[in-house]
Amino acid sequence: MLKKTPLASAHKKLGAQMVNFGGWLMPVSYTNVIDEHLVTRRKAGLFDICHMGEIKITGTKSQDLVQQLVTRNINGMHIGKVYLSVICNEKGGIIDDLTIYKMAEDEYMLVTNAGTKDKDFKQVLKVKKQMGLSDSAVKVTDISRQMAKLDLQGPNSQLILKKICSADLDSLKFYSFIKTKILNIKAVVSRSGYTGELGYEIYFNSKEAVKVWNKLLSVGNNLGLKPIGLGARDTLRLECGMNLYGHEISEEFYPLQSRYGWVVSFDKEFEGKKALEKIKVKGWEKQLVGIEMVDRGIARNCYQIFKNGQRVGWVTSGTYSPTFKKAIGMAYVDKKYDKMGTKLKIKIRDNLVEAKIVKLPFYKRS
Amino acid sequence: MAKTNPKNLKYTKEHEWVKVEGEIVTMGITDYAQELLTSLVFVELPKVGKKTEQTKTLAVVESVKSVSDVYAPVSGEVIEVNTSLTKKPEIVNEDAFGAGWIAKIIISNSKELDKLMDADSYTKFCQKEEKH
Repeated sequence: MLKKTPLASAHKKLGAQMVNFGGWLMPVSYTNVIDEHLVTRRKAGLFDICHMGEIKITGTKSQDLVQQLVTRNINGMHIGKVYLSVICNEKGGIIDDLTIYKMAEDEYMLVTNAGTKDKDFKQVLKVKKQMGLSDSAVKVTDISRQMAKLDLQGPNSQLILKKICSADLDSLKFYSFIKTKILNIKAVVSRSGYTGELGYEIYFNSKEAVKVWNKLLSVGNNLGLKPIGLGARDTLRLECGMNLYGHEISEEFYPLQSRYGWVVSFDKEFEGKKALEKIKVKGWEKQLVGIEMVDRGIARNCYQIFKNGQRVGWVTSGTYSPTFKKAIGMAYVDKKYDKMGTKLKIKIRDNLVEAKIVKLPFYKRS
Repeated sequence: MAKTNPKNLKYTKEHEWVKVEGEIVTMGITDYAQELLTSLVFVELPKVGKKTEQTKTLAVVESVKSVSDVYAPVSGEVIEVNTSLTKKPEIVNEDAFGAGWIAKIIISNSKELDKLMDADSYTKFCQKEEKH
């Protein structure tokens, strides 16, 4: 039985093609991936992200627990800020990438990937136990099912949101959030997203999901707002060189090799630090890079990469870029071949097709 | 809505169409198939001279999210391919039964054509698939 978000029937009414995404019945597309991608870049798109996980951590020791759990230093993090980080196992492998919301002095919300939420939750409890923290000192709650999450992304997103939210969105900075009301419903609105555009991630009670979804679509209609499926969500994030769990990152990889080195703070303690300190000195074999096809063809996930007849890596994500109208991707390659401009061969079916290493991200909002 | 399946063509269960002219067939994918695939962004054409075998992979069509095999509707040899699809794969979306043809094949065994469906049977076949 596939899990459903509160919006599953709304998607079907909109004619969405629904697929199994990590055990969830999700819309992959409503019309076509290219149109949905371009609408998000040029106007605005609304995404059902209710499948993602939210974990609430409260209590006097909540900061200590989060600090030990995540690789990024949260000392000095202000209420109303959002941090992107990863959490690692004791070997330094990535359990998940997630965002941390500092809701109050003693309250944090972790927003996790859908497929990793349960193991993230277990890791939080494991770290709590290791630290000998009592339930009265810190409480960990999985609030994923009560919490709806909608992403409103694109250049028109602010104008659209202003129609149903009176908060001061102009002064809301990137990776910051406010507690506000939307249609008289309590909501957390953060200026962030997974598309590289101006945009918002909106959290509220999942019972109100259909109401907010429909209202946003109707007030956004004349500003070009469209519902967007996971297909375009994937191509949008890939153009921005953003990692996707299960593709660029997993417990098999260290943050240092997957372009997440910047979220690892060696100036504090955290799970996996000892292992990562060793890796930092010793180095790593495979490096995550951006690739672009030189010859005709589209590199896809798991396609093998060769240099001088030797296998030197594989493609983690690859697609046709609707913005640039060419085939792009991300890949792990041997570190000695990770320089910009390096030519490589990608095995596409029976052919070795030329590609080159390029700078990430492919897309940056002007 | 997919376009009506032309009466003068024959169809496979894998959603290819063929137009028979003597010993030569022109083939492509049906409008129903292109609609399911959505905008094509890449077509890998067979080489001219390729020996084909009925139901075996002949070409590959890719959308942003999918990679799909196109199967040979008949056994024989490829004598011409639609090179305009290399630069403009979207022609398949625009005109699947016409300008979006993929290859021409000389048939080696014309009896194989009996295994293909006519337009009415194919239309019913698609309706059935839709219900699944």
